[in-house]
Amino acid sequence: MREINGAEIILEILQEHDLNTVFGYPGGSVLPIYDALHSYREKIDHILTRHEQGAAHAADGYARCSGKTGVCIVTSGPGAANTVSGLMTAYMDSTPMLVITGQVSVNNLGTDAFQELDITGVTDSITKHNYLVRSIEELSDLLREAIYLTENGRPGPVLIDIPKDIQTSKMSYDNFQNSCSSEYNTVSEYKYIYEKPKKNETDEFIEMIRKSKRPVILAGNGVMKSNSSKELRKFSKKFDIPVATTLLGLGILPAEDRYNLHMLGMHGTAYANYAADEADLIIALGMRFDNRVTGNIHRFCKDAKIIHVDIDEAEIDKNKRADLHIVGDVNLVLKALLKYKAEGENKVWMNRVMELKKKYPLDRNFSTDYILPQYLISKISELTKGEAIVCTDVGQHQMWTAQYYNFNRINSIITSGGAGTMGFGLPAAIGAKLANPNREVIAILGDGGFQMNSQELMTISEYKLDIKIIIVNNSFLGMVKQLQEVFYEKRHSFVKLEKNPDFVMLGRAYGIDSYLAETPVELDKLLGEIFSKKRSALVNCIVSKEENVFPMIPGGKSVDEMIMSKEEL
Amino acid sequence: MKKYQILVIMRNRPGILSKVSGLFSKRGFNIDGITCGVSEKKEHFRMTITVIGDESFVEQVKRQVAKLIDVVKVQILDEKKVVKRELALIKVKSDSENRLEIIKIVEIYRAKIIDISHEALIIELTGDSNKVEGLIGVMDKFGILESARTGISAMHRGI
Repeated sequence: MREINGAEIILEILQEHDLNTVFGYPGGSVLPIYDALHSYREKIDHILTRHEQGAAHAADGYARCSGKTGVCIVTSGPGAANTVSGLMTAYMDSTPMLVITGQVSVNNLGTDAFQELDITGVTDSITKHNYLVRSIEELSDLLREAIYLTENGRPGPVLIDIPKDIQTSKMSYDNFQNSCSSEYNTVSEYKYIYEKPKKNETDEFIEMIRKSKRPVILAGNGVMKSNSSKELRKFSKKFDIPVATTLLGLGILPAEDRYNLHMLGMHGTAYANYAADEADLIIALGMRFDNRVTGNIHRFCKDAKIIHVDIDEAEIDKNKRADLHIVGDVNLVLKALLKYKAEGENKVWMNRVMELKKKYPLDRNFSTDYILPQYLISKISELTKGEAIVCTDVGQHQMWTAQYYNFNRINSIITSGGAGTMGFGLPAAIGAKLANPNREVIAILGDGGFQMNSQELMTISEYKLDIKIIIVNNSFLGMVKQLQEVFYEKRHSFVKLEKNPDFVMLGRAYGIDSYLAETPVELDKLLGEIFSKKRSALVNCIVSKEENVFPMIPGGKSVDEMIMSKEEL
Repeated sequence: MKKYQILVIMRNRPGILSKVSGLFSKRGFNIDGITCGVSEKKEHFRMTITVIGDESFVEQVKRQVAKLIDVVKVQILDEKKVVKRELALIKVKSDSENRLEIIKIVEIYRAKIIDISHEALIIELTGDSNKVEGLIGVMDKFGILESARTGISAMHRGI
């Protein structure tokens, strides 16, 4: 009788779900899985990162670009612990991700055995769900359930902890094939199959639009996740409603779309913030009124009625009370709404919105002989026609990217929105490139964040991934510096990175073409050159140290306290 | 601010209690009490969680709990239809002089004395929280050595 062991079951089930690219790092407690991976190397691509955190972020980047679940395999104890930042990042941004951790053998559980960690306990609050598998019989069911959960309903990361002896235990192949037991069926009841919204809900929705004079759509990650870019575009045009997006919603509408107000919130465009503030109806689609979006929640859109559409019922009324809500998939809701007839145009309001757009554009005065970070991003945007996948870390460079990169396509901004994880950008770019080998992938990083996972340069180099790495180097932890300038009387406390390594030499040490750019002229030439080649390159861009991100609504404040430039500080 | 009882039915899987309590600490919700045990189906656990807050707070608690994967059912119990009970064990200092007095009080409360020694006795009481607090109040003057309360278990009347 043919037998199969736990490790092989894991790989079989990954294949069954078309999850053929996995990221990971081996160790003692996952040796059986790695042994099986050796036999499955024709069927499953394993990407060896240089740190488990890198593997988790890469799986995240892969998932955000491919729409599939990102898979990450690591060993027990420290290996598992190193995925914590990756799990938190994926959890906050609703990325479907499966983390498989090795665990000490069942009989050693709870004895503080070598490299033992209660990883399910550790990750309870940053996973959608997690499991400790206790027998070979339940392994396949729980794993199938775990994968199911990552992508159904509100997506999120799921961790499954598998003791080493379960990886080596065997069962008959026939039993494995027939092992869709009742337990797995129980979770199948937990289907997030949303029906079309009810007619009375959409009737009221349309009625509220008809009654409003100044509607604004706030579109978030949920619109992206439900693949509703096309529907949203039709909807905003049909009903004449401008669209502001959250950070993770950038790219839902093409940058030049007349209805696109771009990003709102703390560092959003002034016109998006003013439009939202003047609105009498807010249509929030797949967004959760994060405090970086709302500032002072009580004064946010204070005169507006609110319609909230979200797949997660717990988001309704969590931060902001909604006058009408629909729990469900944004795509189905938009499709239902598109069936209604629109009542002419809303010229007065659209004229006002255009006036705001004209009156408060982003500052584009770039004529300096040093490199302005905003210029750098604009230049990259221009060279790639807003079509690239842009991965960032967190900080000033991230906000400049959000403001000055003209995102024209969905799933193009890969950034840690909710968690704000430094060190995310470089490994995420690895996942993004593997998910989309044919698209240009750029990692835009600060000099701080870059150093948090710079070891992943080796992964890029080893797998010959064509990723353009741009370091926005101002020798500062820029965003913290900016906060110290605004809130702490410019007392720069431990934010200057006095001693950065020579990033060009560092890049070259990893076998990546690396360059230094100190002037706009050098920069133009270098960017032109690297984007003409299909191979990875690193550019250390020395940018102005003084530059800060504007506009800025200081934390907890509202639109009327927006700071437009450094002169207002 | 009001006390609410939330009924939670969960699949009986390892670690469910920590998943619920972890959710409460993560969201900054205060648990006033929690009772837990097997329900009428052995594969389901039943919890009664008591929280203090306003209506929108308890609604948010309910939605967050409902999100837990192992949760089968969540319901905010209706104050008008609910039967609530709590078990308390109270150890009171007692000697031959005051023993009779204590026994009388215990009878009035329809509680039970389940253990007697030379210096103390243990009272078992089942009832709603007011009744438990009432008895504890009365026993205070004799000197309460220990008290153990289970927290509220609750159920709707009728079908």
